[in-house]
Amino acid sequence: MKKFNKIDSTIVPLPVENVDTDQIIPARFLKATTREGFGENLFRDWRYLPDGSPKTGFILNDPSVKGEILVAGKNFGCGSSREHAAWSIEDYGFRVVVSSFFADIFKNNALNNGVLPVQVSQVFLNGLFQIFETNQTAKISVDLEKQIITNNDTGDSEHFEINEYKKYCLTNGYDDIDYLLSIKEEIATFEKN
Amino acid sequence: MAVKTLFDKIWDNHIVKTVNAGPDVLYIDKHFIHEVTSPQAFAGLEKRKIAVARPDQTIATADHNVPTKDQHLPIKDALSRKQVETLTKNCERHGVNLYGLNHPYQGIVHVIGPELGITQPGLTIVCGDSHTSTHGAFGAIAFGIGTSEVEQVLATQCILQPKPKKMRITIKGDLVKGVEAKDLILYIISKLSTSGGNGYFVEYAGSAIESLSMEGRMTVCNMSIEMGARGGLIAPDQTTFDYLQGREFAPKGKDFEKSKKEWLQLRTDEGAVFDKEITFDASDITPMITYGTNPGMGIKIADAIPSEKSFEDDSEKSTFIKSLDYMGLQSSEKLLGKPVDYVFIGSCTNARIEDLRTVAEIVAGKQKATNIKAFIVPGSKQVEKQAIKEGLDKVFEASGFELRQPGCSACLGMNEDKIPKGAYCVSTSNRNFEGRQGPGSRTFLASPQTAAATALTGVITDISRLN
Repeated sequence: MKKFNKIDSTIVPLPVENVDTDQIIPARFLKATTREGFGENLFRDWRYLPDGSPKTGFILNDPSVKGEILVAGKNFGCGSSREHAAWSIEDYGFRVVVSSFFADIFKNNALNNGVLPVQVSQVFLNGLFQIFETNQTAKISVDLEKQIITNNDTGDSEHFEINEYKKYCLTNGYDDIDYLLSIKEEIATFEKN
Repeated sequence: MAVKTLFDKIWDNHIVKTVNAGPDVLYIDKHFIHEVTSPQAFAGLEKRKIAVARPDQTIATADHNVPTKDQHLPIKDALSRKQVETLTKNCERHGVNLYGLNHPYQGIVHVIGPELGITQPGLTIVCGDSHTSTHGAFGAIAFGIGTSEVEQVLATQCILQPKPKKMRITIKGDLVKGVEAKDLILYIISKLSTSGGNGYFVEYAGSAIESLSMEGRMTVCNMSIEMGARGGLIAPDQTTFDYLQGREFAPKGKDFEKSKKEWLQLRTDEGAVFDKEITFDASDITPMITYGTNPGMGIKIADAIPSEKSFEDDSEKSTFIKSLDYMGLQSSEKLLGKPVDYVFIGSCTNARIEDLRTVAEIVAGKQKATNIKAFIVPGSKQVEKQAIKEGLDKVFEASGFELRQPGCSACLGMNEDKIPKGAYCVSTSNRNFEGRQGPGSRTFLASPQTAAATALTGVITDISRLN
């Protein structure tokens, strides 16, 4: 897993609520047996017409919009447990997803793939959407160590929550399996009792 | 002794340790796997050069992408075939029991676990599928996980999880005749919204829940995730024990009696505290249907779609408008009498034998409407076998319904079973997301009764008004 410390980036806004994992990556693209290449089908049916040509007006198809931070409406990632949703976001090149609310399973999946879900207040989220309207090149910084997200244009910032263990994993690029394998004896003892 | 909720009793009993300022290391009793969310997890094990820790606690089946016709032939779709073959190879290599295609126990993972008696009270159960919450109907802690977590469980039989908060939803009184478990859960989700259960594990309680059959309880727990909850569970009782007795992997004889004594302890103690408590009155629940593109957008079948003006919050209003635009519906429109094109009876929500019996009872001796394409996909080989034994296949055939072979099918359209762009489908499945049943498909979620009645009339129909 890639290490995560601090990111300064422009944002890609997606002001839609309840973005479910079927929109992030439709089921018909879940037939791979590897983790690679899901980025090309990220938001497939919002992004492409049935013949495969890009839909004009969808934000990912606007060549002037680029960034490592996806900003979306509340309840992002609801629905299926498919980790392919997190893989497609990571593979596309996003390192952070900002929303006012995340579905639980998606949040875990994102953290397990080095993608940081940053939950902010609705007011702060609206501020991010607004700043994009006036200045597409405005940068946002996300500092994991300090747990602070800052709108560099306005100077507004907000603290975000992450559990200490997951923060440690992300900062160091460790995953849960490394940890669980390290306590194998304790697990064996538990099984005996 | 401190009073505890049912959820706490099971969770606390499975904590190996708590990581400093972090999640719990939770021991997993049963791990179900399938072809779609497991290949990358097995590949991870290979990369780390480790074996499956507890193959005897791991159960595999092929369900998500399998065809529902001609299952005896090789799978035509190359990618699906490769996923199923990869699962077979991985199970062979790691000594995992596989109920694959053409095995008499094959079926949707959340249908076969309970019917084989693998799902039991007090257990922790996970699967790389969000509808794992189904198994909570037996008084188990069951929840869906991602593939990295599947890998964790394969590697160590444990998972790192922060303990969720607890919610109790009590349904007082008795359900009105003609109201099914599916209506009950669609009603709850319509009240809580698609995110109302986020962060919680839900215990369902009250007389309306207690009077449900095991299959009805499974339908309720199955859709817990649709309000954002990690899972849902119901305290085991005589209904649970009667269902389990005699099932293949359930304890037998004296062992069963011993287990039953332990299972009887699995109740929320008097005075135990939940983080949130919600109570509904069963008499308010009628047949339900969804009109939008998330399962929280449900209404009583006889009601009209909400008015645009009823949304005060701008972003909620825009979600509502976007949803109706996709569905080709109008604000304040009534759904009763609306023509549909497809009726799908299937999925881990409603493809058990009771669901098929319900449908057969309604359609027996009648013909489906000519504008409708109706297909029934049983939840498992055992459900299929039982349906044939009872002659339901003949009933369906005579009424113009197609009975297919088991799998997830048009619930998520990973195989050939897709609803075409723009077509309307009344579906007994669990999600009405955009494109869920195929690109451009439009889904109305409803109960098997509503689906059957709609298939006969060709328009959205209230079962209580069907002659």
